[in-house]
Amino acid sequence: MELFFSQILDGLSIGSVLLLTATGLAIVFGLMGVINLAHGEFMMLGAYITFVVQNLFRPMGGLVFELYFPVALVVAFFVTAIFGVVLERTLIRKLYGRPLETLLATWGVSLILIQLIRSISTSMVIGIAAALAIGFFGGQFLSKKIGDRPAFPYLNGVMWTAAVGIGLVVVNSFSSMRAIASPWFGPRNIDVTAPKWLQGSWGVIGGIQLPGLRIFIILLSAVLLLFVMWFLTKSVWGLRIRAVTQNRQMSNCLGIPTDSVDSITFGLGSGLAGVAGCAITLLGSVGPNLGAAYIVSCFMVIVLGGVGNLLGTVFASLILGIIQSVVGSGSLLTAFPGMPPAAKSVVEFFATTSMSLVLVFIFIIAFLQFRPNGMFPQKGRSVDA
Amino acid sequence: MKLLKRLIPWILLAFALFILPTFLSDFRINLFGRYFSLAITALAIDLIWGYTGLLSLGQGIFFALGGYGVAMYLTLNTPSEAGGNGIPKFFENYGVGQLPFFWQPFWSPAFTLIAIWVLPAIVAGLVGYLIFRNRIKGVYFSIITQAALMVFFHFFNGQQKLINGTNGLKTSTTELFGLQVGSSDMQIWLYRLTVILIPVTFLICRYFTSGRFGDALIAIRDDEQRFRFAGFNPVPFKTIVFLVAGALCGISGALYTVQSGIVSPQFMSISFSIEMVIWVAVGGRGTLVGPIIGAVLVNYLRSLVSEALPEFWLFVQGALFVFVVVLMPDGIYGWVSKGGLRSLLAAFGIAPKARTYPQIDQEGPGMEMKSPAPTDSSA
Repeated sequence: MELFFSQILDGLSIGSVLLLTATGLAIVFGLMGVINLAHGEFMMLGAYITFVVQNLFRPMGGLVFELYFPVALVVAFFVTAIFGVVLERTLIRKLYGRPLETLLATWGVSLILIQLIRSISTSMVIGIAAALAIGFFGGQFLSKKIGDRPAFPYLNGVMWTAAVGIGLVVVNSFSSMRAIASPWFGPRNIDVTAPKWLQGSWGVIGGIQLPGLRIFIILLSAVLLLFVMWFLTKSVWGLRIRAVTQNRQMSNCLGIPTDSVDSITFGLGSGLAGVAGCAITLLGSVGPNLGAAYIVSCFMVIVLGGVGNLLGTVFASLILGIIQSVVGSGSLLTAFPGMPPAAKSVVEFFATTSMSLVLVFIFIIAFLQFRPNGMFPQKGRSVDA
Repeated sequence: MKLLKRLIPWILLAFALFILPTFLSDFRINLFGRYFSLAITALAIDLIWGYTGLLSLGQGIFFALGGYGVAMYLTLNTPSEAGGNGIPKFFENYGVGQLPFFWQPFWSPAFTLIAIWVLPAIVAGLVGYLIFRNRIKGVYFSIITQAALMVFFHFFNGQQKLINGTNGLKTSTTELFGLQVGSSDMQIWLYRLTVILIPVTFLICRYFTSGRFGDALIAIRDDEQRFRFAGFNPVPFKTIVFLVAGALCGISGALYTVQSGIVSPQFMSISFSIEMVIWVAVGGRGTLVGPIIGAVLVNYLRSLVSEALPEFWLFVQGALFVFVVVLMPDGIYGWVSKGGLRSLLAAFGIAPKARTYPQIDQEGPGMEMKSPAPTDSSA
């Protein structure tokens, strides 16, 4: 029975990571109707930021190093939030009203981010900076000279292509210098050591050890969730976000800056994903492909929970986390040894991590047959359109 | 001019069938055979995305099912693949003594030929019906199909004892008609089969996208709400078109499997299924020529880039996604047929002669503008 409860605790902690990621995804989906397929990669960025912060703090040692994790949380939130805002301003805004195309474009972004993490090196940073500088200033120059000619957009495109080519040449020219050409992270997984105060047990309740890591993750997501709820219900920007979610055109007419609302919401969602990535580093080693492993679970959470609904997201992510952990580990067998043989073979069949995902999906498809709009559907005439 | 336009597809077909194999190496021909088999998948996706507006991110399921169907037949019917008790060797590694029940029908070639498109069609019809009848659409549909793909991937990946799990089934060493499937003699025949199946698929897709059925599909894409208010039920239309696309993907997967030499759960990876969509987007969705062009071009580009700079392919692919979606939403074929080339030339000062009276000016690009039909006074 102890094993069973510790599995539930595991499930809760996985569920809370899902919750953090899915909350961001759900808010953005509710507001703009777009799914960000690069959301998982923001998680991955958060994890790598934690790794970098840890390595920066390691030389200081002692008590300071023990405090790196809170710092990493804050840095991860803000850096990924900035990434999110940049993505929204440059790309997603251009695709407003075309949700399916946004899906594809953000997938492209996620591919670029994955490969960037795999192969980024000092020489690559120099190359990217060179390409961006040439592209940007060249564009300024071109638009000053021939900005009014019809050929300008085409020439601008040619110039950007040339800038990328020059960037490639720069990267290649450094390739012999090992010091700056070797990748920072490489394709391998990275490991983050949890600070001492998170390792070990945080006490015993009813004969069950409370592992510090998992309790910390659960508490962290609870606190962040409360913060998000406070932000959405009590702050001025939260009010605006809710208004735009309900009726974008009317809000725009009433003078709410919908552009800024979009940016802020996207930034908030991405930041939450970054924090989730931070938390994931505590659960095991992470690699560039981290995002793909979690994003589908996040989608399932959104489908199960309903659109733009925090309560639904909370319930759905916790339920999915617990099902995956309890069924996948097969601890149902140890918890209920007196099962009939038929039920036993079924439980054994689903008792791997991947097969528990299969079970979760079957559960969701069956659930959608009764409640097509998720657990807590939005009501109103505008929803179905 | 008009005759030439009509003959171009046939010329290209003859070129691919007779001339291409004469000057390309066996390796390249095999690659082109794969591209052409992927073009069938692209056509299927165009049917559901370009015409019906359903962005499925899970076509890999049907693709892989077709591939597994043909691979199971080949593994069963090759004597050299059989282990001690007459069942494929790999089963021995997992201590399986008896052939799993769903392998049994694949002894028969007739069943296999039917199963590679009927099985995916049944799965697609079932999944499609369960999703469509709840009016799940748009992004929701996309992410549910993606989740379904993930589920199938995990199922095939995890079941070592049933279908060799993550290792997949190798077909290159199996035998068909006494020839090894991986041999170059067999490959050239498979290449020819693929090239011939492309126009067949094209005609199937044209059958479904023209006429009243095609109109209904386009109506669903453009305004499903209004289609419903007009008294139609979109569910059967969507289910049928999803089912047809699933069957086509199954055929395509079977052709791809025998030409690439292996089928593995990687056929159901998330990235592969999204890639399929981008072939359609690059070529031009909502047209039937575009997807073929897109599939061949993108995959050829992929081979070129990954041979020269393997680590850069993901960058190129990501940039391709963003570029096509933002700057070229109609794809290459759509861009050309909507006069993109002319506006490009015009931007550089090489403007073509303006056509004021297309009816009079019979030659040139003005041709596709039909003169208005004589109006019926009684109407």
